Amino acid sequence: MSPTNVSMTVNGKTVSAAVEPRTLLIHYLRENLGLTGSHIGCDTSHCGACTVDVDGRSVKSCTMFAVQAAGANVLTIEGMAGADGKLSALQEGFREMHGLQCGYCTPGMIIRAHRLLQENPNPSESEIRIGISGNLCRCTGYQNIVRAIQYAAAKLAGLEFKEAAE
Amino acid sequence: MGHSARLLWEDLLIPGSFEYHRPASLSEAVALLGRLDSDARLIAGGHSLIPMMKLRLAMPTHLVDLAGVAELKGARLEGGEIVIGAMTTQREIIMSGVLAEHAPILRETAEVIADPQVRYVGTIGGNVANGDPGNDMPALMMALGASYVLSGPGGERRVPARDYYLSPYETAAQPGEVLAAIRVPKPPAGHGWAYEKLKRKVGDYATAAAAVILTVSGGRIASCAIGLTNVGGTALFASEAAAATVGTALDPPTLARAAAAATAIASPAEDGRGSAEYRAKMAGVMTARALKRAFARAAS
Repeated sequence: MSPTNVSMTVNGKTVSAAVEPRTLLIHYLRENLGLTGSHIGCDTSHCGACTVDVDGRSVKSCTMFAVQAAGANVLTIEGMAGADGKLSALQEGFREMHGLQCGYCTPGMIIRAHRLLQENPNPSESEIRIGISGNLCRCTGYQNIVRAIQYAAAKLAGLEFKEAAE
Repeated sequence: MGHSARLLWEDLLIPGSFEYHRPASLSEAVALLGRLDSDARLIAGGHSLIPMMKLRLAMPTHLVDLAGVAELKGARLEGGEIVIGAMTTQREIIMSGVLAEHAPILRETAEVIADPQVRYVGTIGGNVANGDPGNDMPALMMALGASYVLSGPGGERRVPARDYYLSPYETAAQPGEVLAAIRVPKPPAGHGWAYEKLKRKVGDYATAAAAVILTVSGGRIASCAIGLTNVGGTALFASEAAAATVGTALDPPTLARAAAAATAIASPAEDGRGSAEYRAKMAGVMTARALKRAFARAAS
């Protein structure tokens, strides 16, 4: 099939690229736009490394065609920090709470956690674990990922994060 | 430079080529299916179809995306029926006030389907339409006595969920038909309900699962319907297991009889989830658990 023009808004900017309909959203982001922050992990919609936000939904971008996201508002990890480079509360939380080891799952974790906190600004630990159940960390660093999200929730609420006693 | 770059590109583009269509109405979707060749496929959330396309197990030449068809969205009451548009996502099922009030088993089931990301995109229409025996909603629709509304070139017809599934991925839908909505007879107020799913991990298909809808009168079961997930070539309607409970107060011998009747009709394949014998046994265990929970929830 001949390429057709697919436009969308990514991290606040209108973008456009001529792609075949079979181009997956993750490839559009990485190959056409050069936004390589979103990772390809399992390529089978299990691991969540490719999670991006599409019109307010957390989506596994390896299982969506770019053309399905035409006209959508997309957020990737590259759009999380401020224009001045200031880290978002979630990014800061992952740094402060050691929420990453190898870092491969981190962009998907942060984008998923972003939507979770938009919908539920004060989640319980259990709600966080259910909320990120579509994201796998092969370092198995879940304890600190949960803490990182708790840190961000507290910071966004203007509170100081108190670590739960072990 | 161009040559190696092009090879890389083609390695990345895993699915086969297709032409993309995005109709704005149901009638336009039906007309498109009639006009395109037989390799055209509908796409809803795509979380069954796109993985199949990446494996080249499906190679449609045309994809007709239903995402732009607003009339296929949402759940509402219409007389004595709950009407759920086929493009309603699993997350929208979970968030629906109408469903929480009148048929809460839908929420309980949607919550154990896949994971949060998949539930934002995956639709109830796709879950019931494609005939995958691993999908959770078909057994539920059998238990609820739901019908599927199929729109085709000759108009609209309704097929009961209990008659819809013929064999794995083979359904009563004809080529050119679109599953537009699901019509669920509103369960009586005070009914009992439960969906019990045994799975190895988040995102897994059921090792075995059971959906139960029942009513209780004077402490005894007045009516009962049971559907089973992923323990046969299709979802199964377990009429004998349900009949074994009617008129009883769900005493232990009754539970054992119902479980045995569910196990008896199960014919699961052996797979990573366990042996055929184990999975058939679990169909009975899930049936007993769902019956107990539904009974406890019912008003007598």
